[in-house]
Amino acid sequence: MLAPEKNWWRPMGRLEKTWLTMALAWCIFLTIMMPLWYYMGKQNVPTETYRTTAQKYAATVNEFVTKYQVGEENLGGVPIPVVAPPAGSDVYIRASAWQWFPILQLEKGQEYRLHLSSMDYNHGFSLQPVNINLQVLPGYEYVATITPTSSGDFTIVCNEYCFVGHHTMVGKIIVK
Amino acid sequence: MATLAPTTPWTKEAKDDYRTCPVLTLKVDMHAERLIIANAVMAVVVLAIGGLAALLIALTRWQAIHLLPADWFYRLLTLHGIDMLIAWMVFFEIAGLHFGSTVLLNARHAAPKAAWLGFIMMTVGGLMANVVVLLDPKNTVAYTAYMPLKASPLFYLSYILFAVGALIAVITFFINIVVAKREKRFEGSLPLVAFGFMTAAILATYTLLQGAAAVVPAFLWSINVLSHFDPGIYRNFFWGFGHPAQQVNLAAMISIWYALAQITVGVRPVNEKFSRLAFVLYLFFINLGSAHHLLVDPGLSFAWKAVNTSYAMYLAVLGSMMHAFSIPAAIEVAQRAKGFRKGLFGWLRNAPWKEPGFAAMVISIIIFGWVGGVTGVVIGTEQINLLVHNTMRLPGHFHATVVSGTTTAFMGFAYYMVPLIFRKELKLKKWATWQPYIFGGGMLLLSLGMIVSGLQGVSRRSWDITFAGVVPGTVELSLAIFGIGAILAVIGGIMFVTIMLTSILTGSRLEASQLLLVTGNNNPVLESTKLTEHDMESKQNQPKGAFVLVLAFLAWFAVYYFTNWWLLGRTWFIR
Repeated sequence: MLAPEKNWWRPMGRLEKTWLTMALAWCIFLTIMMPLWYYMGKQNVPTETYRTTAQKYAATVNEFVTKYQVGEENLGGVPIPVVAPPAGSDVYIRASAWQWFPILQLEKGQEYRLHLSSMDYNHGFSLQPVNINLQVLPGYEYVATITPTSSGDFTIVCNEYCFVGHHTMVGKIIVK
Repeated sequence: MATLAPTTPWTKEAKDDYRTCPVLTLKVDMHAERLIIANAVMAVVVLAIGGLAALLIALTRWQAIHLLPADWFYRLLTLHGIDMLIAWMVFFEIAGLHFGSTVLLNARHAAPKAAWLGFIMMTVGGLMANVVVLLDPKNTVAYTAYMPLKASPLFYLSYILFAVGALIAVITFFINIVVAKREKRFEGSLPLVAFGFMTAAILATYTLLQGAAAVVPAFLWSINVLSHFDPGIYRNFFWGFGHPAQQVNLAAMISIWYALAQITVGVRPVNEKFSRLAFVLYLFFINLGSAHHLLVDPGLSFAWKAVNTSYAMYLAVLGSMMHAFSIPAAIEVAQRAKGFRKGLFGWLRNAPWKEPGFAAMVISIIIFGWVGGVTGVVIGTEQINLLVHNTMRLPGHFHATVVSGTTTAFMGFAYYMVPLIFRKELKLKKWATWQPYIFGGGMLLLSLGMIVSGLQGVSRRSWDITFAGVVPGTVELSLAIFGIGAILAVIGGIMFVTIMLTSILTGSRLEASQLLLVTGNNNPVLESTKLTEHDMESKQNQPKGAFVLVLAFLAWFAVYYFTNWWLLGRTWFIR
């Protein structure tokens, strides 16, 4: 709180120097970990993105659903189509207040190109219980290349606030 | 009133008055004093409103109680964010800036009119935000107001008013420093605490400008002048405001750590260069942190995210790790110089644990570093963010930083403002001794409850998670821990507001006669000036205990960090 002496630019003590070196080394390590995992890890943040519009994306999703629909399931009182696309293909999910559309049926161990976009607000794609979370924005088509490594029913929760019905926005992915 | 020191005209011509603080022996400009009081009072008022909202939303998220209906939950959540993250912090910081640029420098307030204008704009903007959120359901857009969620024009206008008011107040800080230097009120370098406030003020300036870049277009869009604004760009600009705003809190909080350490223990910074360098690292690198919120956003490359999220090379984190050593070390050296030299931690055992400022500082440092800092770096790691984005681990992290850290430190400091600035006797001193422990303990439980819930996938900002249908039973438990923590913290908050209001409203007006509130009547600040080079450098006074503490911290940091990579490796493949 008080003004320092006139010449305060003095050498650091031994403990300060040691801690500074250790902390700096740790910071450098933290920095290296990210590119290392980028090249070696199997879980990375998707970067592939395209510009789109609500109309264009909705049309693509409808076409996709008509092509591969295998059934229908009630989700929160609304019938939602169940879609079983072939392994390795492009699959689509549309986010809107307050619905994830459609329900995907995927195969374990197969790779899919999952497209995500929003019709209206920001939404949060949160796949539970595997806990994968992605931000979904209107006007952006986000492509995540995913490989399910476990099977069962998975819930998509919306985890970005999108007005008062937000918590009712729940979707589903089935992995066989 | 007879007990008050007489005020004296500052210069022959000027109308300004000052008094001399008998404890700190510094001149206190009456303009500055009134400004500090006004800002501090508003801070406590918005803290009380935001705290009430906190209680209600916490009791709603505690799934077993689930108090509020959905619309009120989201409305009060919006209010809570605005009052706490913006209004409480900024009002208190402006009080701190006025203090740091006048009292600490023995100087006058050079632009009181502008400062009052800023205060009025902030007050009007802050109260207006509360009113429009409460009255108009359209404004339930959360404090982030992500476009294209559309609030009413008044909502954005209240943000703009508050931000411009704050900017004006921050500018008066710089004016004060320049004028004080020119009038030779202090010699040589700024005191470290003022230097830290200076860091906060510089960060605040560009933070507020970035806020304008987000909120002004949103305002124009809400009145249909602008037909479209990119939601991704809005997020980038908003977090250019939202994240650095928390770094302003950080810089202000650390300044207050140094101040409290000096007030309660009488420390001298172990090495001014070391501590100042740490502040400079914030200045240069912390602005990149807005990327933390965009790590799983579409449209951004790995390189952009990795460079920005790591503050270039975790250099801002390095700054925090430096302070994490330098403050405990300064305390240890001062304590050892007083003769508490037994073992590694004798200095700590004999610390003034009953002194509210000391307790608040220690709790703030521990929870900020061990919980807030570590979780922050981990969830800000690009890939790990996949597991964390928008889950309850996020609020778990920032309640540990902004609340357990910053708010606890601010509360601790506020107690000392009562005798020194308000010139009232602090009432309910026993309460003040307990308050930091109750508040900090509650906040710790709350943060841990949130983090453990988030690890299990519970999303933030959600009225009812049972819709998801996949909630494991253990979530009920972690949410209950969160809820109990919230109740404890609110009790601590009520204690703080009660102590402050009781002292300010009913305490007798009297000139401060001592610095410490509870533990004795010596004056650690003056004692700190007696610490000689010999005291600082002698072998038996070296901060070995503090060094062991930071080593333990680093070990915990590494354990938590690698556990998260391990968790990430278990989920689905994604790229």
